[in-house]
Amino acid sequence: MSKIIVVTSGKGGVGKTTSTAALGAALALEGHKVAVVDFDVGLRNLDLIMGAERRVVFDLINVAQGDAKLHQALIRDKRLPNLSLLAASQTRDKDALTEEGVERVIDELRGRFDWVICDSPAGIERGATLAMRFADVAVVVANPEISSVRDSDRIIGLLDAKTFRAEKGDRMEKHLLLTRYDPGRVARGEMLSVEDVLEILSIPLLGIVPDNEEVLRASNVGSPIVLHNAACAAGRAYIDAAKRLCGANVPMSIPSDQKSLLRKLFGRRAA
Amino acid sequence: MNLFGLLGRRATAPVARERLQILLAHERKSAYQADLIAVLHKEVLNAVAKHIPIDPQKVEVSMHRRDMTSVLEIDIAIEPCVVDEKFRQRSALAARL
Repeated sequence: MSKIIVVTSGKGGVGKTTSTAALGAALALEGHKVAVVDFDVGLRNLDLIMGAERRVVFDLINVAQGDAKLHQALIRDKRLPNLSLLAASQTRDKDALTEEGVERVIDELRGRFDWVICDSPAGIERGATLAMRFADVAVVVANPEISSVRDSDRIIGLLDAKTFRAEKGDRMEKHLLLTRYDPGRVARGEMLSVEDVLEILSIPLLGIVPDNEEVLRASNVGSPIVLHNAACAAGRAYIDAAKRLCGANVPMSIPSDQKSLLRKLFGRRAA
Repeated sequence: MNLFGLLGRRATAPVARERLQILLAHERKSAYQADLIAVLHKEVLNAVAKHIPIDPQKVEVSMHRRDMTSVLEIDIAIEPCVVDEKFRQRSALAARL
C-alpha cells in the first residue's frame, strides 16, 4: 500500500525542499521505492538539492497535460536506484496545473512507488493546495519562530478542510518536523522550545532537526543531507524521522555533533 | 532569574510563546465563525424557504459579540401578501378539521 506525503509549511525558507530530499533519500536507504515530486511550478529547486538539475527533460506539467509519459519524466537518482525525482516546470506558471491532471499523475505514481513525497511551494495558493490535495500524510515543517508557527497553524487548518481525505470525512494524518532547532538558544530562553511549539500546534512530533552547517554544504554539492553525511546531527535526525514515518518506535532526541577537543583546536574540517 | 537575566538579557522566548497563543486563539475562532455564519445562513434560508417563498437578496445574517453573549441576527424580508395567503390556507385547513 503506497503512501502519498505532502511536505508543507505555509512560510517559505523553513526547509521544505531540504526535508523532502532528506526524507526521500532516507526512505530509499531503508529499501523502499520512493518518488519525490516538486510542486513549486516556476520556482523549482528540488532538482538542484537532489543534484539532478542538468538531467531534467520533462516535468510534472508535461505529464499532467499528457505531453509526456510518466516514465520519460522520472529521473532516477544516480546514487540510489530506488529513488526518483519528478521535477516542476520552470517556465510555466502555476495555473498550468489542474486538479484532474495532478490526480492522474498521483494515481500513476501510487502504482509504481511505496512512497510519493510532494514538495509543496510556500503560500496557500494553487500550487500548495494541489500539492496537499491527494496526500494521505502531511509533514508540516516549522522553525521555532513565531511567523513560521503561525503559518503552520494556518496550514494545519487547510489540511483538515481542503484535502481529499478531509472532504471524505477521513482523518488526515499530520506530523510536525521542527527544523533549524538550536538547543543552546532554547536553553538561554531565546528560542521557542519543542514543548512550546507542540503545545501551540498540538500535532504529533516526527522529528527535531538541529540547525546544522552540514545542510548548506550538502545543498552546495547537490546531495540530500542523509547521503552527503549520514552521521551529522541533521542527517541522523532525518534518518530517525523517516523510520518513524514507517511506524518504527524510535525514541525522540535532539541529535548533536559532539566536537572532539582536537577538532575544536584545529577548527574546520579540511573537506 | 538565570545568569543571563542577571546580566541584563531578558529571555524573549516566553514573550513569543504568549503572543502566539493569544494570536492563534483569536485566528482559529474567527476562521471557525466565518464558516459558521455561512452554514447557518444557508440552513436557516432552506428551513424558511420550505414554508414561505423568500428572496435570497433580502436576507441578512450577522453576528455581534457583546461582553458575555453573542447575538445571531437573521433578518428575512417577507412579502406581506405571502403571509396572508399562508394564513388563509392554514385557517381553512383548521376549519375543516
